[in-house]
Amino acid sequence: MAIEMEDVEHVAKLARLKFTHEEMKKLKRELDAVLEHARVIESIETEGVPPTSHAIPLVNVYREDVCEPSLERDEVIKCAPWAGEQGFMVPKII
Amino acid sequence: MEFETVIGLEIHIELNTSSKMFCGCSTEFGGEPNARACPVCLGHPGVLPVVNRGAVESAIMLALALNCKISERSIFHRKNYFYPDMPKNYQISQYDVPLSVDGWFDIDMGEYERRVGIVRVHLEEDTGKSIHVGESGRIHGAEYSLEDFNRAGIPLAEIVTRPDIRSPEESSVFLQNLRDIAVYLGISDCKMEEGSLRCDANISISVDGKEGTKVEIKNMNSFRSLRRALSFEEERQRGVLNAGREVKQETRHFDEVGGETHSLRSKEEAFDYRYFPEPDLVPLEPDKEWTNDLRAKIPELPQEKRKRYESALLLPKEISSVLVGDRALAEYFERALTEGQDPVELGKWVSGELLALLRQESIPVEECRVEPSGLANLIKLVSEKVISGKMAKDVLREAFDSGERPEEIVKEGGLFQISDENELVGVVDDVIKENPMAVSDFKSGKEQALKFLMGKVMKKTRGKASPEEATRILTERLENQA
Ligand SMILES: [Zn+2]
Repeated sequence: MAIEMEDVEHVAKLARLKFTHEEMKKLKRELDAVLEHARVIESIETEGVPPTSHAIPLVNVYREDVCEPSLERDEVIKCAPWAGEQGFMVPKII
Repeated sequence: MEFETVIGLEIHIELNTSSKMFCGCSTEFGGEPNARACPVCLGHPGVLPVVNRGAVESAIMLALALNCKISERSIFHRKNYFYPDMPKNYQISQYDVPLSVDGWFDIDMGEYERRVGIVRVHLEEDTGKSIHVGESGRIHGAEYSLEDFNRAGIPLAEIVTRPDIRSPEESSVFLQNLRDIAVYLGISDCKMEEGSLRCDANISISVDGKEGTKVEIKNMNSFRSLRRALSFEEERQRGVLNAGREVKQETRHFDEVGGETHSLRSKEEAFDYRYFPEPDLVPLEPDKEWTNDLRAKIPELPQEKRKRYESALLLPKEISSVLVGDRALAEYFERALTEGQDPVELGKWVSGELLALLRQESIPVEECRVEPSGLANLIKLVSEKVISGKMAKDVLREAFDSGERPEEIVKEGGLFQISDENELVGVVDDVIKENPMAVSDFKSGKEQALKFLMGKVMKKTRGKASPEEATRILTERLENQA
């Protein structure tokens, strides 16, 4: 089953991205290839193999509940595309 | 048609760790916007979040208190969605393998108990805060929004109940109980008005045992609004069903001012969070030793404490509820109790006179200047009839203001009640002589006159007359006169 154009539109919308029709067609082909690859993986017999969420054999990494200095506010907003004295500004939401 | 209300709650509790969930930024409330942010909680590329051990401990304790099973292995997921208050464009949460599952909690509704199943208690991070700037100050009509990321990354425990709750009242009692537990565990201050305790609900009406359509209710910012919102929604859905229509599956907002819930225009399609395992955080595998240590740290919880107060100390329900409802007050009571005074008498004083003074002056009990032992000694003086209850109230007030020990105030002020028969007879006779009107009123059957005459006796003895003795003598002398 190939991916539909609507699916590409849906994913683009979720990511808040806008594409031209040409770009969409290209993305559709690429996503098809990704899904095809997933189908290959799906065909592997995994009966008895525990689900894996992480690639490294490491568990229980914690930090103690201790405060460390935060960034200076100027530093915090330095990279913001739009900022006022108090911080990040964004266009009105609704 | 038989209707039954079915409610499930989803509760978020802000954990009171010193630092955030995955970085060392301070969690302190308030402060300049964006003064508590760093590359990790701002979601800069290439940073490495690390789990705060304290947050895991708090969540495990809460899960244990709610009788949940702690998962031998749990992992974090990224919940992807775009909103300006989310710097990373995903929230680190837990999904299919949460920290704990399958608990329960019994709530006491007076007439009956209700067991509420707990689906899960898991960990996640809070979002930032949008400050909408515009004429109205509210989200609609705002020209732009300021984003404050001080709150972004503060640890949250999320508690999801089974749809076992059957009324708005039960919802409120459940939430109150949960709040009390978290406060007793010392893991959160749980202030709804400051947002450290938040509650959403799913509500449906089953018809003749057949499951109804679930409606999600948001924006309930107090215990009162939780009850109001759910009562409104209960009525609304019953109305829809009675009219032969169908309840629509949707999310509704509670409007505090109008006392109604409103459908959120579902412009945005159903959220598609595209969860996937957080690759930067390794699994949590709390071992038995750790969870046992944490279990041992759980103090006597409010429900057990209430039961003990009522069955072992014989406190009336009204008193035990007041004491248990405030962990610090219960601690004060228990410290006073070690002085060996009657628990009921002590309970009455702590939940009555003392609490009234604390509230009047807005002083937390931890800062009360009357030591628990001082209050106990004062009550001892009353029970030994050295001073009257009325005098004790005055002494408590003075001790409360000055910080002097009550027994010292009694001693220094030469306060003791007069119960000596001869002395009281003299005073009573004087009062009778000086108030012929009141005396004749009493004789013609006006009970009020006795109170008036007692007042005179008290005035003459500057409040020191033993009320019981003086009343007895006064009545006796009046009746003998007849
Ligand atoms: Zn940070």
